[in-house]
Amino acid sequence: MRTIFAALAASTMLVGTAGAAEIYPLDRATILASSPFDFKVELDAVHGEGDISVLVNGKPYAEVFGKPADYIAEEKGKDDKVLGSALILRDLALAAPGSYKVDVKAGDETKSVTWEVYGTAEIAKAKNVIFILGDGMSVAHRTAARIMSKGMTEGKANGRLAMDDLDHMAFIGTSSTHSIATDSANTMSAYMTGHKSRVNALGVYADRTPASLDDPRVETIGEALRRTTKKSIGVVSTAEVEDATPAAVVSHTRKRGDKAEIVGMFYDVQPEVLLGGGSAYFLKSDVPGSKRKDDKDYIQLFKDAGYTLATTKTELDAAAGTNTGKMLGLFHTGNMDTWLDRNQLKKGTVEKFPDQPGLVDMTNAALTQLSKNPDGFFLMVEGASIDKMSHPMDWDRAVVETIELDHAVAVARDFAAKHPDTLVVVTGDHTHGVSLIGTIDTEKPGTDMREKVGVYDDAGFPDYADTNGDGYPDSVDVKRPLAIFSSNFPDYYETWGPKLDGPFVPAIQDANGNYVANEAYKDVPGAVLRTGNLPRENDTAVHAVDDIVLQATGPGAEAFKGYMEQSDVYRVLADAFALGKVQK
Amino acid sequence: MSRLITRRSCLAGLSAGFAGSALAPMSPAHAATPELSFNELYGSFSALGLEFSDKVKTLTGQRVGIEGFMAPPLKAEATFFVLTEIPMALCPFCSTDADWPDNILVVYLDRKQTFTDPNQRIEARGLLERGSWTDPDTGFVSQLRLREARFAKV
Repeated sequence: MRTIFAALAASTMLVGTAGAAEIYPLDRATILASSPFDFKVELDAVHGEGDISVLVNGKPYAEVFGKPADYIAEEKGKDDKVLGSALILRDLALAAPGSYKVDVKAGDETKSVTWEVYGTAEIAKAKNVIFILGDGMSVAHRTAARIMSKGMTEGKANGRLAMDDLDHMAFIGTSSTHSIATDSANTMSAYMTGHKSRVNALGVYADRTPASLDDPRVETIGEALRRTTKKSIGVVSTAEVEDATPAAVVSHTRKRGDKAEIVGMFYDVQPEVLLGGGSAYFLKSDVPGSKRKDDKDYIQLFKDAGYTLATTKTELDAAAGTNTGKMLGLFHTGNMDTWLDRNQLKKGTVEKFPDQPGLVDMTNAALTQLSKNPDGFFLMVEGASIDKMSHPMDWDRAVVETIELDHAVAVARDFAAKHPDTLVVVTGDHTHGVSLIGTIDTEKPGTDMREKVGVYDDAGFPDYADTNGDGYPDSVDVKRPLAIFSSNFPDYYETWGPKLDGPFVPAIQDANGNYVANEAYKDVPGAVLRTGNLPRENDTAVHAVDDIVLQATGPGAEAFKGYMEQSDVYRVLADAFALGKVQK
Repeated sequence: MSRLITRRSCLAGLSAGFAGSALAPMSPAHAATPELSFNELYGSFSALGLEFSDKVKTLTGQRVGIEGFMAPPLKAEATFFVLTEIPMALCPFCSTDADWPDNILVVYLDRKQTFTDPNQRIEARGLLERGSWTDPDTGFVSQLRLREARFAKV
């Protein structure tokens, strides 16, 4: 009966059924040898288990994979809609490098994919890897950071960023499995797993079922390091630690918003150092400020697991001197404030959380702790607010965040100079549609700010000063600031100047659910309404699809060159650490 | 950040809820209600949690008035909403890419009212209730609420 039904189901969709099945991992996936991953076949129709043929390199798959998959007669979608049959085999691992061609046939449905399973060097090239990520850090951010912090005379920069002198470089393609565009979840996931995925997904291929925590998993670098090495793991971010970028080091979910669950995934892997914001998801639900819905007290659980806890910069300084080997630093219930707000403007939430460490403080603390491990470490450092300030087109904050990230790069380079067995990688996860096009001469007569934008020969040079020599501008409220604009925007009021009263909120929602210009900026002298070029559901500027620049130095860095897919970066990291071989 | 399908589908479902703006007038009997503001909710902030202010502790159990904005509600017919200090772009129950702020107040209405524009400043008045409460419909956990509340445009 089932066979008849299956035949009927298939025959009702004759056109286009060939190739309708989906196989995870997707075609052209590259997989680290012996690295666990979930294998899933999704069929569009309902097929009996015996009617589904899966061959791997021409042999029955269970023979090659070592075990059969679970058969699901009917996968259910929203409202219990039958999606078709599926096969799922969790924690498959392929030890032998090579090409694996998987052919699936069920009724009229056919699909073939080929994976490349790769080995690595037998002996690690690098003892340590410091992976520094400027979220959304585009070329314009770097150019602006260099000019703002170092100055420029007669067309030549008066100084260089720490990241300018990393000696190997690649262009990285950031696109998603279902879209040329991308977000911080699947971009960082590609770096941290070697597999591309879908927008919002971390450490999984996005399957068709609604549940966000059951999608086919791939191994994260955190798990690979635990499986094959005795190295320490560090995760540092100015965002909530369970935000997409830091989460990608350990997490598996279709939905980056599963933050309470992501804290549990951090607890499972237990990075030796975890520093950032986001304590709201560590607090049990009855604590004011908690965003958990359960009674799990992850602060206590981490303490019980031997972590020294720090909640302020002062406590971080003290914790860095302790010798417990594990450090949890949570300095904000949400995202941490920007350098500009913490150090100069005292806006944002600085009044509520006045003693937050900066990215450099956290990077130093992490390196001090991690470098105690004779087997080495992997440290991920994220400058999160380059992106978080670029979305609302708050360019001053975004550029100063880039300067701060560069100071963290300097710390990493200093460490690598003393420990030459350290690979330092500096990149972004995706770009923004942002460009630096000149300056704004605020002293030009008149009130029409548009006429004060200096381009070509009229741009001249900006007048930021750094009298205390700390590498940051003494003020962003200067007479001739940089002119930076986004290629894409919602409706907003362009004010042509820094937002000294707090981070920019360009658009807010109207009664129809559309985003319209935030009238709070309407009366800023010279403000001009810009009609958006994005769909009205967008409240801020969006990520660009443009390639991102990656630079690196140290053992293994020579593998970064030309154009690379974001997922290829993982292979370089795995090779530098020789993760194809168990070393413990 | 990303723009999410979840939010889009949520907002589509909500659009009907923004239509009306005819709000019930506030009873004069409420005129002497003590006022509370969003920046008076907490006495201290820490990564280990926030602490309610003495004013909140004193006013717990009493009727209070507080001004703010209505976050995009979950559905048109709900009898509760989230009051925020600034206009919220996102429905707090639907969003996964941006979180609602700490200083929110869940408002349970004493009777159904037509929801309002999220940019319209409103004042909500009701019994101030403190302590952990999980909304049975949404699973939304709150520590501070108004019960038996009404709201009106400011």
